[in-house]
Amino acid sequence: MGIETALPEGMVVTTTLEKLVDWGRGRSPFPFLFGLACCAIEMMAAGGPRHDIARFGAEVFRGTPRQSDVMIVSGRVSQKMAPVVKRLHQQMPDPKWVIAMGACASSGGPFENYAMIQGVDKLIPVDVYVPGCPPRPEALLYGIIELYEKIQGEKFSDYR
Amino acid sequence: MLRDSIVGFWHILRAMGLTFKYFFTKPVTVQYPEEPVKLYPRFRGRHELRRYEEGPYEGLERCIGCSLCAAYCPTQCIYVQAGENKDGIQRSPGERYAEIYEINLLRCMFCGYCEEACPTGAIVLRREFALAGYSRQGLIYTQDRLLQPAEPNAVILDDGTAAGTRGK
Repeated sequence: MGIETALPEGMVVTTTLEKLVDWGRGRSPFPFLFGLACCAIEMMAAGGPRHDIARFGAEVFRGTPRQSDVMIVSGRVSQKMAPVVKRLHQQMPDPKWVIAMGACASSGGPFENYAMIQGVDKLIPVDVYVPGCPPRPEALLYGIIELYEKIQGEKFSDYR
Repeated sequence: MLRDSIVGFWHILRAMGLTFKYFFTKPVTVQYPEEPVKLYPRFRGRHELRRYEEGPYEGLERCIGCSLCAAYCPTQCIYVQAGENKDGIQRSPGERYAEIYEINLLRCMFCGYCEEACPTGAIVLRREFALAGYSRQGLIYTQDRLLQPAEPNAVILDDGTAAGTRGK
């Protein structure tokens, strides 16, 4: 999808364009308006005036997976919620990233039982893990900075 | 009719005046990566394994590998394997030391029970919160990483409770 499929391989322009596109993608990752538990409260706080997620270009919480770039899985994922989370992730257009926010989304946290998915990476690929229970809004912002660093190194060929 | 218009206009003017007042106040936003975050002293962040800083055991690890923290941990995120202090190599006072000490930060819920259980005050929860990483394996903190002192990008506020916190 997008400009990377139209470009032939080995073109000189790709090296500089790649950087420009990565810069743009990293500086405006639209999160998906999607909260599962208490970590979502901290995610909302990160969107508030005090922490101001808009400083990282991520203030536009899109209400539909088709318009969002990054899925912040904020909260525990139960067995019942798992197919929904997976489907929403599949509906997001490439390139897409996932931040597992908090202990429950990352590893299951204190809920080591039959009802919970032991980490959302069992379902969907996770790019950044943010520990905390729940993480401070600043910890989430640090996760977004880490995600930005990761996006900088990405190649067009990763999405072919 | 005219009276309503004047009253309405006056109300809008007052409301806009309130809005305009905030134009001159200081912004509330904390510019986090550039500016340190203000934290309360009781905030619990990443763990740190301490060493003795003075006295006869100076430089030795406080941890004696008793696994009480692992037993008390509600999420079972701590793994301790004790080793015996052999002749010549003394890593902690007494007979035993922690040969392997690992904390899975992704399981941990930073409740501070390990800190409470520790008989020697070896493990304390410091205030480092920026811990995000790219892999699950990379967030299992091993002993050498836990022994490094935490340096959070934060200033600690004084709310009068600092005297009540142990080992900090």
